[in-house]
Amino acid sequence: MTITLSQVSKVFGDFTAVHPLDLTIPEGSFFALLGASGCGKTTTLRMIAGLEDPSSGSVLLGDQDITALPPHKRPVNTVFQSYALFPHLDVYENIAFGLRRQGVKSVAGKVDEMLDLVELGPMARRKPRQLSGGQQQRVAVARALINRPQVLLLDEPLGALDLKLRRQMQLELKRIQTDVGITFVHVTHDQEEAMTMADQVAVMYGGRVEQLGAPAELYENPRTTFVANFLGTSNLIEAEVVDAGSDHALLKAADSKLRLPTERAHTTLRAGDRILAGVRPEKISLTLAADEGTIPEGRNRVPGTITDASFLGVSTQYVVNSPAGPELAVYEQNVERDSRLIPGADVVLHWNPAHTFGLDSAQAIDAGTGEDAA
Amino acid sequence: MSPALTTAPPPPGAAAPAEAPPAAPERRPRLTPYWLLLPAGIWLAVFFVAPLFYQASTSVQTGSLEEGYQVTWHFATYWEALQDYGPHFLRSFLYAAVATALCLLIGYPLAYMIAFRAGRWRGLLLVMVIAPFFTSFLIRTLAWKSILSDSGPVVSALNSLHLLDVTSWLGLTADDRVLATPLAVICGLTYNFLPFMVLPLYSSLERIDPALHEASRDLYAKPSTTFRRVTFPLSLPGVVAGTLLTFIPASGDYINAQLLGSPREQMVGNAIQKQFLNVLDYPTAAAMSFILMALILVMVTLYMRRAGTEDLV
Repeated sequence: MTITLSQVSKVFGDFTAVHPLDLTIPEGSFFALLGASGCGKTTTLRMIAGLEDPSSGSVLLGDQDITALPPHKRPVNTVFQSYALFPHLDVYENIAFGLRRQGVKSVAGKVDEMLDLVELGPMARRKPRQLSGGQQQRVAVARALINRPQVLLLDEPLGALDLKLRRQMQLELKRIQTDVGITFVHVTHDQEEAMTMADQVAVMYGGRVEQLGAPAELYENPRTTFVANFLGTSNLIEAEVVDAGSDHALLKAADSKLRLPTERAHTTLRAGDRILAGVRPEKISLTLAADEGTIPEGRNRVPGTITDASFLGVSTQYVVNSPAGPELAVYEQNVERDSRLIPGADVVLHWNPAHTFGLDSAQAIDAGTGEDAA
Repeated sequence: MSPALTTAPPPPGAAAPAEAPPAAPERRPRLTPYWLLLPAGIWLAVFFVAPLFYQASTSVQTGSLEEGYQVTWHFATYWEALQDYGPHFLRSFLYAAVATALCLLIGYPLAYMIAFRAGRWRGLLLVMVIAPFFTSFLIRTLAWKSILSDSGPVVSALNSLHLLDVTSWLGLTADDRVLATPLAVICGLTYNFLPFMVLPLYSSLERIDPALHEASRDLYAKPSTTFRRVTFPLSLPGVVAGTLLTFIPASGDYINAQLLGSPREQMVGNAIQKQFLNVLDYPTAAAMSFILMALILVMVTLYMRRAGTEDLV
């Protein structure tokens, strides 16, 4: 069922965890709330679960206003971050808990079915502490799913697992979601997890939704510096608008002229305005300065000097210092490696102008980078 | 570093100096637990095991103060003590049981509140729970004597509410008095042993992950069901510890019956004290101590079996 948050906010004392928020989570979607810790994503999830009362606004499930409904009356279940399995009950009773509380008389069939779905049949009589992390996680999912909730809420459910198990559980959760077809709302700080699993991602920062969209849309066309830096890596170049045309704007960064499609500029374009021109590292090609003539016409180009090159097998990551900006990152696929591209080499960075995005220069240029995102 | 040293064969050149040292760090950990046990072991041997043997031998002696006592394996003393002081034993266990139940009823909500709702007041409230220990047990019990006195506030309050009629109908009070009645002794026991109930309850409640409450609510359990199905079962270790820490000393207590009761409320502790210090009938006193100990052991064993704590977390 569709969840609608309308002007929902949460204030703890003098700290605003979530600023008034409008969010629609479509029925049957896998929706991710992505952000660093303290960005308000878990609080938002808890308000949907009923574990936190919103300071203002309302939460709607379908057409029904559930803002005032206590958690045990909401057709919504949660997979908790630490799983919160009942330590005094075995796996079977943990899974049956919700059904029994709803007064279901014969739980055996459904519990067995759930045990099969999460492949824990032989573990039914074990206590949670006798299970591995991955098994506990599956019990937590089964315990929530058995109730056939309208919405399943997942609060960083994979945070405690190691990388390999995480990847496996990501696929597993995605499979379960496709099988049961209910709405999943997934809270995570792992951008890769959000992008691989979700149909829709809301990137949160400082208690606000920075940008909402499909993973590819967020990645290819970020609207804020936080999204640009938090999802993957971006090169943000400080530039000045020289000429604002109807479909392309002409920018100037140091001595380089850059073109920016106007529909990818997320700020006003007026001649003389400052702007941040962004481009993803893998969109950039490197050509030795001596071979500049071979670069096709119409590409954005910026000169620079390679300061670092790390060979990663499938690709090579370069760091290039340029008058247009320090430490620009370039990822080159290792198809035909030019062995002359070594630190110290003078190069030209060039890319298709359609891959450029324009951001408001009033924002912090490093929002969402390492230190900020931790 | 060190596991590598002990498991991997040392390189040939380093073999000679490396061989001797590993022996020492391996031996020390094996002895350490015994050294740690030693002080308590000596203490218990001198002040618990030895007196226990001494009392056991006393309980089967016959004789008199003037002629001296001899071990004659006179087990009849046990039977006689049980016959003479049966009511004292019964009364002790009854008062202790009622006081334990009251402690649980009063202590559980208190411990629950401190563990889950007290916020930053938690530390202060815990200090207040143990604050009575800053004064002596005896003085506090004497204070209760004046609180419960015939002209004191409790009696007049109960009287004006006509509650004394109820308690007297229940056999807890008599003659419009509270002092020198079972009620006074039970109140005294409850008061004095309450912290021994609250502290273990608190520590077991405090260990419960608040997320478990949330998970329970999320899984359609209303607050009362959450308490019944999650909170209470998880606090059972505290309930068991608290009831044992209250019931065992309360059933052997004699101060409360002595100061707040009358001869009608004498507990087995009073009888033992009288035999030891006034009548000077040491065999009977020793036999009664052993009967008390044995009965408590049986009750505790049955109780632990029933509570099945080893199944809990």
